[in-house]
Amino acid sequence: MGLEAKLMNDGFLTTTIDAVIAWARKNSVWPMPMGISCCAIEMMAVGDPKYDIARFGSEVMRFTPRQSDLMIVAGTVTFKMAKVVRKIYDQMPEPKWVIAMGACTSTGGMYRSYSVVQGIDQFLPVDLYVAGCPPRPDNLLNALIQIQDKIGKTRARDFQNNPKIEKAAD
Amino acid sequence: MDFKDKLKEKLHQKFPSVEFVFEEFRGELTIKFDKNAIVEVAEFLKTDEELSFKLCEDVTGIDWQKKRDRFTVIYQLFSLTNKFRLRMKCDLGDEWSIDTVSSVWRSSNWAERETYDMYGIIFNNHPDLRRMYMPEEFEYYPLRKDFPLMGVPGSIPLPKK
Repeated sequence: MGLEAKLMNDGFLTTTIDAVIAWARKNSVWPMPMGISCCAIEMMAVGDPKYDIARFGSEVMRFTPRQSDLMIVAGTVTFKMAKVVRKIYDQMPEPKWVIAMGACTSTGGMYRSYSVVQGIDQFLPVDLYVAGCPPRPDNLLNALIQIQDKIGKTRARDFQNNPKIEKAAD
Repeated sequence: MDFKDKLKEKLHQKFPSVEFVFEEFRGELTIKFDKNAIVEVAEFLKTDEELSFKLCEDVTGIDWQKKRDRFTVIYQLFSLTNKFRLRMKCDLGDEWSIDTVSSVWRSSNWAERETYDMYGIIFNNHPDLRRMYMPEEFEYYPLRKDFPLMGVPGSIPLPKK
């Protein structure tokens, strides 16, 4: 512990670059609010002072996909909308995460019908499903905390030399 | 003479060759007639000063499936001056098409597109008869009775994962 102890005395902190990047990433998750139907109302409630998503560093809802890390798909995705959702997802820079918020988004929910996609995992890689119709704001906050845990476990090299990412860039 | 009788008399007077069937249910009047007369009758109902059905609230259809005349088109009209609602029904017969009334009421333009989208009923001379809700490349008509509830698998492509 020679070097660390010496640096600590001088007011320095040692860590790994992976840990710093993961820590920075997980505490500043910028969500892309893909609010399609009523779940979006609960998503707005998450932003208000009562539930306050800012406590977790995610208050900057970006309405452009190019500045966000996390897409919260909140609402019923129809087949026609699926193309749009995918297009927006493709525009988000890597690394990126997806929360499927609510029953409709996760499974089609009560819309067992020809026009509704029965779960967005048919065309998007989903990281987390949130149960509820619509989920309470606390439930979405819980999802965000779990996503933060997931992001905290990533390392910088997880996103390097990834053939999937390079393919998307082409 | 109340408004319903006046309406019936006026229609008979104006169109002696068209056969009108009047039905009344809970105070709401429905008229049925031949589909070839739809534009003239619509024009008359709108432009006549006493009747003045200025509002075409909706155009929709019925799929009877087993009846000989499979499709019926329904028009919901409202007269603001008389505070009166009128329903027009036209059976389509073997040819699943009817003349458009979008030249009479502009609001029926989209309503007719929706009816086309859902039932596949062709509105002749419609200015822009495209699908309203479903993707344009979709080949089926979802509100027809023989369309399966969960749709035809693979008929609407999803983006690749």
